[in-house]
Amino acid sequence: MAKFLPPEAFSAAGDALSLLPFNFERIGSTNEYLVANLVGDFVRLTQTELDRLVDLQLRPGDGLYERVYAAHLVTRKGQQSQRQLLALRLRSRMSFLRQITPLHIFVVTLRCEHSCPYCQVSRQSSDRSRFDMSEDIAQRALDIAFQSHSPRIKIEFQGGEPLLNFSLIKEIILAARDRSITTKKAVDFVIASNLALLDDEILTFCKQNEVLISTSLDGPADLHNKNRPRPGGNSYDLAVHGLRRAKEVLGPDRVGALMTTTEASLDRVDDIIDEYLQLDLDGIFLRPLSPFGFAIKTKQYHRYDIEKWLAFYERGLRRIIEINRSGRQFREFYAALILSRMMSDRPIGYVDLRSPAGIGIGALVYNYDGSVFASDEGRMLAETGDNTFRLGHVDNDEYSSLIMSDRLVEAISSSLTQCAPECSSCVFEPHCGADPVYHHATQGDALGIKPLSAFCARQKGVMRLLLEILETPSDAAILRSWAT
Amino acid sequence: MIKLQLSGTAVDCRGLDPRRQRSVVRLNRPDHSATGNHFDFALIRTIEEFDRARSLNWRSVLGVGDGLAPILAEGSERSIVLPSQFDYLADGDVIGIQHATKRFRSLYRQGSQHNSFLVTERCNNYCLMCSQPPKDVNDDWILEEISESVPLLDKGLPSLTFTGGEPLTNWRRFVEIIAECRDQLPNTAIQVLTNGRAFSDSQIVDAWSAARHPNLIAAIPVYSAVDHIHDHVVQARGAFDETLLGILKLKDRRQRVEIRIVLHALTAPTIAQTCRWLSRNFPFVDHVAIMGMENTGFALANEALLWIDPMDYRTELTEAVELLNDARINVSIYNLPRCTLDRTIWPFAVQSISDWKNGYVEVCGSCSERARCGGFFTSGRTRFSRGVRAIA
Repeated sequence: MAKFLPPEAFSAAGDALSLLPFNFERIGSTNEYLVANLVGDFVRLTQTELDRLVDLQLRPGDGLYERVYAAHLVTRKGQQSQRQLLALRLRSRMSFLRQITPLHIFVVTLRCEHSCPYCQVSRQSSDRSRFDMSEDIAQRALDIAFQSHSPRIKIEFQGGEPLLNFSLIKEIILAARDRSITTKKAVDFVIASNLALLDDEILTFCKQNEVLISTSLDGPADLHNKNRPRPGGNSYDLAVHGLRRAKEVLGPDRVGALMTTTEASLDRVDDIIDEYLQLDLDGIFLRPLSPFGFAIKTKQYHRYDIEKWLAFYERGLRRIIEINRSGRQFREFYAALILSRMMSDRPIGYVDLRSPAGIGIGALVYNYDGSVFASDEGRMLAETGDNTFRLGHVDNDEYSSLIMSDRLVEAISSSLTQCAPECSSCVFEPHCGADPVYHHATQGDALGIKPLSAFCARQKGVMRLLLEILETPSDAAILRSWAT
Repeated sequence: MIKLQLSGTAVDCRGLDPRRQRSVVRLNRPDHSATGNHFDFALIRTIEEFDRARSLNWRSVLGVGDGLAPILAEGSERSIVLPSQFDYLADGDVIGIQHATKRFRSLYRQGSQHNSFLVTERCNNYCLMCSQPPKDVNDDWILEEISESVPLLDKGLPSLTFTGGEPLTNWRRFVEIIAECRDQLPNTAIQVLTNGRAFSDSQIVDAWSAARHPNLIAAIPVYSAVDHIHDHVVQARGAFDETLLGILKLKDRRQRVEIRIVLHALTAPTIAQTCRWLSRNFPFVDHVAIMGMENTGFALANEALLWIDPMDYRTELTEAVELLNDARINVSIYNLPRCTLDRTIWPFAVQSISDWKNGYVEVCGSCSERARCGGFFTSGRTRFSRGVRAIA
């Protein structure tokens, strides 16, 4: 029998070590650092440990070597497997890019019977010819949607209140189903509606054509009605009734609700969550207020700062974890999204949180008048006179001319977090995204100055909070179960 | 606790082809007519059976029982007689026998769920706990024997394992055997226990993939998330890097891979870290098997270095299994009795020890989990955990 060799024989310190790419930031005012490898796996190191890593003052068996080696922060001369693993994982994370423009938003009308102060676009009007999408424009928009290369597309109907032009929705859905058969491209449908106009005829059609419904629910009746005024002041009753009916007819998993946060919401997160629990919804998306359209004009988005929103978010998230601890499964969807990115390499092309940004290559918006925008926020900016993200018109363009337009290519390529100042060295970069429309709207620049960006502050705040909660094992188990 | 003997020396051996050094023989009940195949022998336990075989035209016979030798030698063209402890052999079983030495090995048992072929004793690892210590000898004849055996196996065989040594030592020849299995045993799941290093060579992993076997898995050990710990366990510098590259190349070509981790004092204390690392870096593997160590072969020589009571890694093992399961990776626990495991991970514990070396101890008689428990190895010098007890 040959002699067995001791551990030292396999860990000679003479082997050249080298660093693999990583980012880091100090945790609060401690002497601890959060360190992330190329694909966003986190480890915590003390100042001393980080210094030793950077200086390669490591040797197998000292404990630190083992931690940083397993985290792909350091490699040994001649080895390939870690680089191959990182490359493979990065490829998987970025492969959402293979799904080119899976989302197509049809603004079938700008008209709405609500007059929400935070709304960016809608019109109080009965002039159908002026603010409704025509059938010709709808058919041209479908031509473009079916030119996109994604094997599966989603058509989302927005407004205004899209149900005010339900006859066109029906025509678009029936035409899209026909095209789906001939092109072998799968199509899903969503209607984003306040549900005030929902009736059985609409529900039956939705059932027959497997249409999903998404509605707005801002919280309890007083808050919701304050945020969402309409003649009669009954927005809440109509939304809740519509939600219940839609769940009955379509099934509980075919209906969702989204909330918008306003200044009035900030002290009410518990009430808002209770409202979602009472309606038997399986989770809530605690959203920030977006700074677009009329919201910019009315300065709504200055009314509270990001710290207040983060406090609102943290209180809500901790409350939701409590609810899960007591046995009820209920998710916060924004946390779930970020946790999925932190805990897996599944490609997540969430259109508002990715780099390259999702404008155009993640979604196209066909406005009622035939103009085509790179994102929903982009068309809202246009309502205030800023046409930066208007890519063209259905009468003059094809899918390829829209996607290859200089405007779009410029906005996407100038905002990549992978090489942006502040972003490229940020420990959270692998889980974050570029938001060129937001930064253009708030700073006049698609890339933006990140230390001044509320988007950046929100992302970092949410991720720091999640990492803090993940330190508590029982809460970590709940958060892990949210990751898809 | 007894272990089934799978090899021995024949009492007698006559009439076998003198131009060949060895034969592969399939056993048949003597109550069917002779098949005429050169590899088919009637299995004889009594004189009555011998008479019946002869009346059905059997000229090739294999007797089990020392006393049968003179009788069989008289009335047949070819005869082999084995000692009586091999009376477990049955219809459909296959043995290989060396003509000159009369040494034989049981190659396949029709009634067993755990059929495996040892492909070679050569290996480029030298694992501290190897249960089948490698020998550096040219044993390519074993590949020929396997090649001759594969067509003789039952077409309904559910699963078959190839082990070693390192089965890919002579990879060209071994890949041919995989292709033979594909053609001869299309319904049989094939598992190959390999250290995976060969697959770091694209030429080899391409050949493996080109066999296009419909139900093939490479079971590859990874002992740590850290290079030098794995390399120490397998006693080969650079093995960690090659093994991981091999797994990546297999998965890149959509081949199925199982990762195996043997638990001992060098791997068990960090099993949770290893599995967290697996869940982040290898979520695409098809199965992870975490297994108790078989205390035999090199494991005995290195017992002082390797022995750890399963009770001393019980918590870490539970965490490891939960981490993998949360990451939706298929995970199983092999070779550990339930009394040493947290109840929460019993659903992952399977009866994995091959029938011929599996047993239970006295206290198991009153255990309510006995029927579902994997029990113990009867091979080597089994060490028992202080946690072994009857579960009420």
